[in-house]
Amino acid sequence: MPGLGTSFGRGGATTYQQDLQNSDCIVIEGSNMAECHPVGFQWVMEAKARGATVIHVDPRYTRTSALADIHVPLRAGTDIAFLGGIINHVLQNEAYFREYLVTYTNAPDVLREDYQDTEDLDGVFSGLDREGRSYTPSSWQYEGAQVQAASGQRDQQYSERLSRHSRGETTGSGGPVGGEPKPQRDETLQHPRCVFQVLTRHYARYTPEMVEQVCGIPRDLFLRVCQELEENSGRDRTSEFVYAVGWTQHTVGVQYIRAAAVLQLLLGNVGRPGGGIMALRGHASIQGSTDIPTLFNLLPGYLPMPYAHADEDLDAFVEGERADKGYWTEMRAYTVSLLKAWYGPAATPENDFCFGHLPRLTGSHSNYETIHAQLDGVCKGYFLMGENPVVGNANATLQRLGMANLDWLVVRDFSLVESATWWKESPEIESGELRTEDIGTEVFFLPAAAHTEKDGSFTNTQRMLQWHHQAVEPPGDARSDLWFLFHLGRIVREKLAGSLNPRDRAVLDLTWDYPTKGALAEPEAEAVLAEINGFDGEGRPLASYEQLEDDGSTACGCWIYCGVYADGVNQADRRKPAEEQDWIANEWGWAWPANRRILYNRASADPDGKPWSERKALVWWDDESASWTGHDIPDFDRHVSPWHRPPEDATGAEALSGVDPFVMQSDGKGWLFVPAGLTDGPLPTHYEPQDSPFDNLLYGQQRNPVRQLMPPREHNRYHPSGSAPGADVFPFALTTYRLTEHHTAGGMSRWVPYLSELQPEMFCEVSPELARLRGLEHMGWATVVTARGAIEARVLVTDRMTPMTVQGRTLHQVGLPYHWGGNGLVRGDAANELTHQSLDPNVHIMETKALSCDIRPGRRPRGAARNELVREYRVRAGITEKTGTEI
Amino acid sequence: MGLRTFIESWPVYRQLTGDDPLGRGSASYSRTTKTLVPRTVTAEKVVKSICPYCAVGCGQNVYVQDGQVTQVEGDPDSPVSRGRLCPKGAATKQLVTGSGRQTRVLYRRPHGTDWEELDLDTAMDVIADRVLESRRAGWQDEVDGARTNRTLGFAHLGGATLDNEENYLIKKLFTAMGAVQIENQARI
Repeated sequence: MPGLGTSFGRGGATTYQQDLQNSDCIVIEGSNMAECHPVGFQWVMEAKARGATVIHVDPRYTRTSALADIHVPLRAGTDIAFLGGIINHVLQNEAYFREYLVTYTNAPDVLREDYQDTEDLDGVFSGLDREGRSYTPSSWQYEGAQVQAASGQRDQQYSERLSRHSRGETTGSGGPVGGEPKPQRDETLQHPRCVFQVLTRHYARYTPEMVEQVCGIPRDLFLRVCQELEENSGRDRTSEFVYAVGWTQHTVGVQYIRAAAVLQLLLGNVGRPGGGIMALRGHASIQGSTDIPTLFNLLPGYLPMPYAHADEDLDAFVEGERADKGYWTEMRAYTVSLLKAWYGPAATPENDFCFGHLPRLTGSHSNYETIHAQLDGVCKGYFLMGENPVVGNANATLQRLGMANLDWLVVRDFSLVESATWWKESPEIESGELRTEDIGTEVFFLPAAAHTEKDGSFTNTQRMLQWHHQAVEPPGDARSDLWFLFHLGRIVREKLAGSLNPRDRAVLDLTWDYPTKGALAEPEAEAVLAEINGFDGEGRPLASYEQLEDDGSTACGCWIYCGVYADGVNQADRRKPAEEQDWIANEWGWAWPANRRILYNRASADPDGKPWSERKALVWWDDESASWTGHDIPDFDRHVSPWHRPPEDATGAEALSGVDPFVMQSDGKGWLFVPAGLTDGPLPTHYEPQDSPFDNLLYGQQRNPVRQLMPPREHNRYHPSGSAPGADVFPFALTTYRLTEHHTAGGMSRWVPYLSELQPEMFCEVSPELARLRGLEHMGWATVVTARGAIEARVLVTDRMTPMTVQGRTLHQVGLPYHWGGNGLVRGDAANELTHQSLDPNVHIMETKALSCDIRPGRRPRGAARNELVREYRVRAGITEKTGTEI
Repeated sequence: MGLRTFIESWPVYRQLTGDDPLGRGSASYSRTTKTLVPRTVTAEKVVKSICPYCAVGCGQNVYVQDGQVTQVEGDPDSPVSRGRLCPKGAATKQLVTGSGRQTRVLYRRPHGTDWEELDLDTAMDVIADRVLESRRAGWQDEVDGARTNRTLGFAHLGGATLDNEENYLIKKLFTAMGAVQIENQARI
């Protein structure tokens, strides 16, 4: 999310699936859309039918490639080198959209003198603390100004901001604090320290020759992609990028998405029909579970969880985190309204609206840290709701060993997934590493209700909430998660009733009086939606987040969803048939924010408010009504004219000018260069994956210097890379992926007979060349080995996998679907037995899309011999706890 | 039945004489076939829904008869999916009605070698006790002198397949209980 969030202001797809049809060139990279999002892919095919060029960039040739005009095979883990090459090509050939760039992005902003680029420091940025493995990002700021990020690590400047604004000024005022010094802008783009010039220098070494050497992409093919993108961008034409987890699951995943954002801003493709970046997500409501986050570092609506700074109160929190320009300035209103939704009458101005009730962070508490907290005996209880981590999450062994160290585990799912039964059957039980009788974990399996058995809303990949209605009652003991949470909360509150312990106040003060219905006492989901939407002092539903107040007179459970229950009507349940609407279809469901479908759409018009071209018109300034109008709902204050320039001392939304389309950004601009909000650098830079068969050809710095490594454990060893001794023990690149017929960790597909029959067995994809090299037989068995584990899979020999020439040698890649586990109708080894826990430092996502491995013919050894094989590989590669942990 | 009617009822006769020479249409119909009616026609109600698999968000029409889901079809009204479903979405009926689902609470006691049955109300009460105990054991008022007001005693994982309303209650309840280790599939 911070990839999109820091670049544009919001951590969501900038556009929506149907708009793909309006694109002139679609680059699908890090996604196999035809197989993983087949129904959404129809919009790519619509574009193709209208003449668009479709490009698929992927290590494998898939159905997406088959339907594309151009397939570009690349070495897994080298997308930034490829995208950086295109950025360089656009800059060198002056193919950027100059007017868009100068007006709508931070290209002209001048950086501080002490900023040093990867060009100056052989692959790292200024501010690197090698001991602490982290950056101090202050030198990445604009000269003479300090901006706050709309997303990402907003806490990183906390202490600096507080020291600038003394507490005396902020306590009790709550409002925005005086005008920020404005960054210096050079619209000629000539200043040697302006973002544009820094960008040009940063990418100068990403030449077509370099792309060929690093990614294995032939020069003419690479140049064809550059040409297509450049010719299909500009006033009359737009190009769009589509990605999925092929981009996020890397130690530099956020920067992959940033690279696409830089390119799209250079080409002027954001906020326009057929443009932008479409993020494809794999779970029905994964966007929703980020918006209303079941995530450690966020509160609803991307408000940050507070950190444990000494004496932090609401004012300090708001002052430390909010922006000074744009809609984030209203952060206090969003926070207070959330606290009113949670704590109702108990939240008063006198008690800081119960802000003190919130627990505080001291660092990362992502799921990977939680696993280690389980292994260390700190975390003793675990709820799993619809997630099967021993199949779906990196390093399955550590997932199981963590659970084996718990006091109790609650699993809520449809079927007995592997995460519910590991104490009976697992590789560790088989090897003797664990014994069922020795495992003290108490396990509760609670059957879950299906979507047909409950009311509720999903937020799809285009930020659109859609309501599903209950059709039947759930069978037996199956209950909705809404039921489980509501009644668990009710029982806990009953048990704590009358407690004088201060820590129990937060539980007892909760508003927890949702109406229930039917024999099962199912909570009314619509009542919860109404609370999420928010209401005023009289209980009237709010219509827009612009109504939110910071004095406690409004309540709102998630400010970006404010409006979904406007007028007391469930807007997510709007179902006006597509045929009765225009192509925007904004009377179907409800999209955040404010039902806008293409974000930043002010940028679809030129600085004077006219569409860049008739062909790409979306919203425009209408002189007659003195307002913005058009096909979509303007993502901009309707009445702010293109010529509006705010006074110097304006703050908040009032500080946005008529040419600031990125309204959530603290300077209203799209960020080519990210001066704040990211932990691993202001510009995307190619680093090799944690485990890589190659040296980094671009810099002396091999890996992302601030990637997050988990504490050393025997089950999580890394590989030597490139020219390091022992790297040749794992000579092949490994990538994981999904199949059309299965869903993530299999909980919703491996128990379904139709789907199991269609994809009955774990397999690996290898090229005929690799098959010959290693003696693998089509339909036979192969064993894939890493320092973490060994799995077996059926062999699929196919020329969909192509050997490539990288740095003068032939590289073979192995493809592994990751859906299988030991339970269900169809069974197989889980690919995540092989993966490690080395994470992107911004979002704590593991690197499962690019690793190194060995592959050998035959089935894997059984029992303890399996561990012995892995140990033998580790010894042969000389792996110790230090391997791969160099900065 | 007269002889003529009898002969004319033979599929092969109809195939040779009618407009279905390949015998793949009307010629192959038996009397039973002719009386068959799609479940989608006889359903008592059609409930509007959304596919639970990926995040494309295809519209679904759920057909219900006698309190049971009898069919799930793509919703042609949806501007996103225009009536289509992929193999997973098309298998939704089997997902929700199939025998793969567990419908009873199961319990594994510490060191136990097999599942036992447990009644739902008891399970809820015991789980409430367990979570309160772990919350207490892992409670941290302060860390390094800074107030934290939290527990590391229990954690949550999952949410991307759940409804927004469910995620909201997870975050609201567990945060109020002091938990910070709340996570979902967004990181996988």
